[in-house]
Amino acid sequence: MTNFANEHSSRRDLRANASVFMMLLFGITLYASACNLWVPEDSLFYVSTYTITLLGKYLCYALLALSVDVVWGYCGILSLGHGAFFALGGYTMGMYLMRQIGDRGVYGDPLLPDFMVFLNWQELPWFWYGFDHFWVAITATVLVPGTLAFIFGWLAFRSRVAGVYLSIMTQALTYALMLSFFRNEMGFGGNNGLTDFKEVLGFNLQSDAVRVALFLCSALMLGMAYCLSLFIMSSRYGRVIQAIRDAEDRTRFIGFDTDIYKVSLFVYSAILAAIAGALYVPQVGIINPGEFSPLNSIEVVVWVAVGGRGTLYGAIAGALLVNYVKTRFTAIFPDEWLFALGAMFIGVTLFLPQGLVGFFKGKEPLGVRLRNLVKVPR
Amino acid sequence: MMSTCEGPKGPSAAGTRAKYIKIQRGDAVIILIRQLATVFLLLLVCAEAYPNVSTKDDLHAISQQLGSVKLRALPPVVAQLENSGEAALPLLEALLNGGLFTRKSDKRVLIGLRQGDGRYLFSDAITAEILPQVSKSQMKKIVINNRLRGQIRDIIAKVTLTSVETNIRTRAIKNMFNKMTGENILLLRQAREAETEVALITLIDLALAVYDLTNATAKQTRLESLDLMAVSLEPLVFNTLAALLALDPEGNPLETDPEVRAKAQKIYTSMEEEIRFYERLEQFFYGLSLGSVLLLIATGLAITFGVMGVINMAHGELIMIGAYTTYVVQLLMPNNLEYSILVAIPMAFLMSGFVGILIQCSVIRFLHGRPLETLLATFGISLILQQAVRSIFSPLNRQIISPSWLSGSLEINAVFSLTYNRLFILIFALLVFACLQLILKKTSLGLHVRAVSQNRGMAKAMGIRTEWVDAMTFGLGSGIAGIAGVALSQLTNVGPNLGQAYLIDSFMVVVFGGVGNLWGTLVGSFTLGVANKFLEPVTGAVLANIIVLVSIILFIQKRPRGLFPQKGRAAE
Repeated sequence: MTNFANEHSSRRDLRANASVFMMLLFGITLYASACNLWVPEDSLFYVSTYTITLLGKYLCYALLALSVDVVWGYCGILSLGHGAFFALGGYTMGMYLMRQIGDRGVYGDPLLPDFMVFLNWQELPWFWYGFDHFWVAITATVLVPGTLAFIFGWLAFRSRVAGVYLSIMTQALTYALMLSFFRNEMGFGGNNGLTDFKEVLGFNLQSDAVRVALFLCSALMLGMAYCLSLFIMSSRYGRVIQAIRDAEDRTRFIGFDTDIYKVSLFVYSAILAAIAGALYVPQVGIINPGEFSPLNSIEVVVWVAVGGRGTLYGAIAGALLVNYVKTRFTAIFPDEWLFALGAMFIGVTLFLPQGLVGFFKGKEPLGVRLRNLVKVPR
Repeated sequence: MMSTCEGPKGPSAAGTRAKYIKIQRGDAVIILIRQLATVFLLLLVCAEAYPNVSTKDDLHAISQQLGSVKLRALPPVVAQLENSGEAALPLLEALLNGGLFTRKSDKRVLIGLRQGDGRYLFSDAITAEILPQVSKSQMKKIVINNRLRGQIRDIIAKVTLTSVETNIRTRAIKNMFNKMTGENILLLRQAREAETEVALITLIDLALAVYDLTNATAKQTRLESLDLMAVSLEPLVFNTLAALLALDPEGNPLETDPEVRAKAQKIYTSMEEEIRFYERLEQFFYGLSLGSVLLLIATGLAITFGVMGVINMAHGELIMIGAYTTYVVQLLMPNNLEYSILVAIPMAFLMSGFVGILIQCSVIRFLHGRPLETLLATFGISLILQQAVRSIFSPLNRQIISPSWLSGSLEINAVFSLTYNRLFILIFALLVFACLQLILKKTSLGLHVRAVSQNRGMAKAMGIRTEWVDAMTFGLGSGIAGIAGVALSQLTNVGPNLGQAYLIDSFMVVVFGGVGNLWGTLVGSFTLGVANKFLEPVTGAVLANIIVLVSIILFIQKRPRGLFPQKGRAAE
């Protein structure tokens, strides 16, 4: 395994990094929120609600990228199925929002969501019970993807499935989930998914204040996840995790039970992804089985790769950057985005194995680094 | 006259020539008259042998009458059509479907076909000459009533039953199955007298037996007809027996004769069993067919992934390139559609192989020993290839015309038939697999490939050009993916997502069978194919797919190296 940009491992450095990151994050989010709520619409400094929602979406993606970086960058587990945890988290939140609609749906049924009435279902399936309470939904957001990650990870890591096999299996997992969520019989709205949400915790989802609150929530969760991950990775536990990445056999021979470390990290990462999904759904207003598609999961990996893995803030920066480029790019050339994305995959793996962070943090002089970029990689 | 003609003593050429010379010298006028007479006679004979020459005129006359007489006078006119035989079929069918018209101006009889846009396309009822400029406003429809319809159907049945084409006769007999009236049975009996094909005679006998069973009163006749029916699997027989064994509302059997009932029950049960058996067989065949598709796709992957250890996420797109090559080849040779697929197979191999070598030399070479990066980079390539195809050929699916020798099916019996394209693909997949085994085991390239995959450093030290071997191996695997694309194009639509749909399945096959083991891939693909198709009727297609996926994931937990793990030095 190659060395990752991890030189800044002393505690003081970490703390400095974290405070810079947090200041940036909250500075920008608070500024944008204030500009949306208190600046008149015709002002130059006004930030539209659309932008707020877009930024909130990016922050959710950043949290998802962070969760992938935790397993990939620090433990060498390339998961091509993190979109599954993200979507599962989204579905738990979607179920809560669906129950909140109550009798304001098209069919006006007080208990059943519209799609169930449409499918002629007579009663609520058992797994929908309790989702009218917010705390149940939140618990499910953590528990359901966490349990899935635990079962999957426990089975996979215990039997030493690693490397590429694991990647393909995670992809198969999300693919299987996508196929099952597409079925109407599953009771999750089939093809159309869950949508037409009205309010969250009694507040209207369309209002500016709620949008800003969701945006701030996303920023808060991202910040907390960043700090927690940074703390975990600099702890003794985190050092074992990195040791597993660099030489798993040796770590095991020293006496660490590597399976437990890997499984627990995988579950932690899945929960982060699920929280990202739960924050994402109220902001975009829809969740459907397309979120499970293997392409989505693999796109997350490219965010992390572009930013630079094994640094946490690299993953966040990569997610924000790539998504911003995507928004701009698809507006100008809607069809060519896949070309750009594909080129990004190839370019980053060939020329920027450490991502942008690796490039800017490199020890050599800038000229040498630039020359290395153009040189045929070996 | 004969005296002038000296009969030749022997069959010598000189004698013949002498005879002609004599004839020329003789009375030329008389010979001319004789020749004329012969020609006339010949013409007469011809007219007898080919009745069409005269019926065409007859038909014309009758059709003129159709257009001019009143509805009440139509039956005798229609009855005359029977004599014209098959030539009258289009006319009769058009009349039956209300598509026969007369032109108001000259009473010419035309067949009108309703087009997609609601307009009519007219053609002459006799010569089938298409008249595009005629519009419906100039026409008057020939109206018929129910009595006439019955009559016309009878005539059509009679005419088709005596057709020279075996297919038409078979269809006519099967049509009779649905309406077993006394008249039809009479027709069938007549047709049986004239029939020469054994298969058709059996079919007619079956129909007669079914009629006898339901209508005859003599017990012996009915038992005999049950005997006849016992050997068949036709749905008609099955339905007749089911109707015979049914109970009336009070729960008493409809059939009063216990002996007949017992026998029918016995036949019905054994038939049910047999049909179920053939259904299983059909499922098995579909499973094998799916397995053969998986095999074709996974063999290429088994080379690049299994032997070289390169995760190629663009494998699906190499398949897609093969399918699009088939499409392009078809566009390039529109006059030889039947054989374009034979050209497409090597072309697809070359095309996909070329793209594969390009990928290997430009990207994968630099990522050696970094499998996760290889996975990401090839995924990027797959996105680019997919979008490229979308830009060049449009995102819509493309239609590929299967050659006629690949369409149709091999009918084993009434309930079991194998479609030719699936059968061919099954054989083709096995052939490709065998060729690949030969290449790997018997050629020097194969030797080098195996050497490099087992110990790269040592192979290099022995003087093997590893870079070149890598490129060739990757090209081979990719070329086989292209061939898989040709096969897939015969089964499904050709679109930009063609390859992606099968990618995860084929990775599963390779992992399930054991990486680096071609035999494992063979067993794995057929196992998965058959398992999938046997689950499908129970759980539905999607759930079957999911169950198979999940069980493979669980299987990998138990045996991480697949069904047939590599042993010895090849294993890491």
